[in-house]
Amino acid sequence: MKKLSPKITQKIVFSLLSLATLLAMVPVVLIVLIIIKNGLGAINWEFLTTAPRNGMREGGILPAIVGTFCLVTGAVVFAVPVGVFAAIYLNEYAKKNWLTRLIRLAIINLAGVSSVVYGLFGLGLFVIFLKFGASILAGAMTLAIMNLPVIITATREALANVPQSFREVSLSLGASKWQTIWHVVLPNAIPGILTGIILEISRAAGETAPILFTVAAFYLPGFPTSVFDQVMALPMHLYAISTQIPNIGLDVRYGTALVLLGVVLGVNSVVIIIRARLRRRQKW
Amino acid sequence: MSIIITKDLNLYYGNFQALREINLEVQPNKITALIGPSGCGKSTLLRVFNRMNDLIEGVRIEGKVIIEDEDVYHPKTDLIKLRKKVGMVFQRPNPFPLSVFENVAFGLKIHGLSRERINEVVEESLKRVMLWDDLKDKLHTPALKLSLEQQQRLCIARLMPVKPDILLMDEPCSALDPIATQRIEELMHWLKQNYTIVIVTHNMQQAARVSDETGFMLLGELVEFGMTEQIFTTPAKRRTEEYITGRFG
Ligand SMILES: Nc1ncnc2c1ncn2[C@@H]1O[C@H](COP(=O)(O)OP(=O)(O)OP(=O)(O)O)[C@@H](O)[C@H]1O
Ligand SMILES: [Mg+2]
Repeated sequence: MKKLSPKITQKIVFSLLSLATLLAMVPVVLIVLIIIKNGLGAINWEFLTTAPRNGMREGGILPAIVGTFCLVTGAVVFAVPVGVFAAIYLNEYAKKNWLTRLIRLAIINLAGVSSVVYGLFGLGLFVIFLKFGASILAGAMTLAIMNLPVIITATREALANVPQSFREVSLSLGASKWQTIWHVVLPNAIPGILTGIILEISRAAGETAPILFTVAAFYLPGFPTSVFDQVMALPMHLYAISTQIPNIGLDVRYGTALVLLGVVLGVNSVVIIIRARLRRRQKW
Repeated sequence: MSIIITKDLNLYYGNFQALREINLEVQPNKITALIGPSGCGKSTLLRVFNRMNDLIEGVRIEGKVIIEDEDVYHPKTDLIKLRKKVGMVFQRPNPFPLSVFENVAFGLKIHGLSRERINEVVEESLKRVMLWDDLKDKLHTPALKLSLEQQQRLCIARLMPVKPDILLMDEPCSALDPIATQRIEELMHWLKQNYTIVIVTHNMQQAARVSDETGFMLLGELVEFGMTEQIFTTPAKRRTEEYITGRFG
C-alpha cells in the first residue's frame, strides 16, 4: 500500500480528534438543552422563593436550595483546609518512599469509591458513633470526606507544577521551608487548587447517596437554625419527587434539575473568575 | 583575610565523587572565577558555599568550609543566616511571576525587615544594579515582561535587601547576548566594592575580563588557583595550559 503523505495523515488525524471532541460534547449539550427546555417553564419567583406545598406537587423549592448551599459550604470548609494541608505534607515534606507512594495510590483509589459507600460510612461514623444525628454537620462532613481525595490529588498536582527553581530561589534567599511554601509555592498553586475545589463543589451539590442517610430530609419546609438540623437538598428533592410522588408535573422535576444546574454553575463561575484573575496575574 | 576557605573538601553524590580535595581561599571584595569543562564540578562547588546541595538527596560532604570565620557545615550552623550572608544568582534569570516591586521586596517580606522603609529599600536595591532609571515608572509591571538582561539584574537586586556579603553567580550571562553580557560584567565590577563575588563561567574571555583570581577545575579537582593574569598568561600546570589554549573542553 502506498504511504499517505504527511499532509493527508495530518488532516485525517485532525478530523478524528475533532470528531472525538464533538462526540464528548454532544451528551453534555443535549442534557443541558433538554433540562432547560423542559424546566424553564417551571422557574418563576414563587418556585425559587417558597417552600413546597400540596405534597410537594406545588409551591417552590427554596428549602432545598438553602440546604444545598449549606451542605456545599460545609463540605468546602471541612475538605479544603484538610485536603490542602495533606497535599502539602505529601508533596513537600514526606520522603519519597514506598509508603508515600502507597498513600498516594490509596488516595487515588478512594476517589473512585462509590458514593453510597461514603454515605454508609458517614451514617456509621458521624450520625451514629459521634451522635451528630442526621444533620448538616454529618452530611457536610460526609461530603467533605468523599471529596478529600479529589482536593488532595488536584492540590498535589498543582504543587508539583510549581517550578522547582522558585523553591530554590526562595530558599537561597534565606526563606525557611514553610515560608517558601507559604509565600512562593502556594500562591502559584492556587489556580490548580481552585480547580479541585470546583470539582468538589459540583460533586457535593449533585450527589444524593452521601446525604441520603446523613442529613437529607424528605420534606422539611422550614430553614435550619443550627448545624445539627436536617435540611432538604436539591438532588435528594429531585430524587424524591421523581420516584416517590405520583402525578407530579414534569416541569417541576426538570425545574428542580435546572435550579441544581444553575446553583452549581453559579458557585463554580465565581471560583472560575477568581482563578482566571489569579492566572492573569501570575504567568511564567 | 580570606572570606571563604575550603579545607580538603570532598563531595559525593551517592557513590559518585564530584569534588576532590578542594583547597580554596576566596578574598573579600574580589571577583573569583571558576572555570573548567562541563561536569567538572563548578556548580557543585558553588552550591557548597550556601549549602544548596542540602536539597539533593544522597549528598555527602567531607572536609571543612569556613565562611567569615564560621564553619558552614557545623551541625549548629544557622542555614537561614548563612543564606542571607551568601546570596545566589542562577544561570537562567528566574524572577518570581510577580511585579518588579514585589520581586525586590520579597526578601523584606521573608525576613520581616522594616516595612516603613520598603519603598526606600526597593529603590536603593534597584539603584545598586543600575535598574532604577529604567524601571522607576514600571515598578508594577510583571517581572517576566522585562528583557532577560533586566530580569537578571532584577534577580541581583532581589538579593540586596537581604544584605549578603557574598554573591555566588552560576553562569549568570549564559542566557544573555554579548551586549547584555558586557553590561552585566560592568555591573559586577561596580558591585565588587561592596560584595565578594564568586562566578562560574564557561566563557574564558569573561573570566579573564572580570575576575581578579581564577580557579581551574577538572574532574572534580581544583587543578590550579591564582591571580587571573597569571593563570591566563603563565599557568603553572600543563592541564591548565591545555584547557586555556583550547586543546580540550
Ligand atoms: N544531583 C546530582 N546527582 C548526581 N550527580 C550529579 C548531580 N549534580 C551533578 N552531578 C554530577 O556531578 C558532576 C559535577 O556537576 P556540576 O553540575 O557541578 O558540573 P559543572 O562544572 O557545573 O558543569 P556545567 O559546566 O555543565 O554546568 C557532574 O559529573 C554531574 O553529572
Ligand atoms: Mg554548572
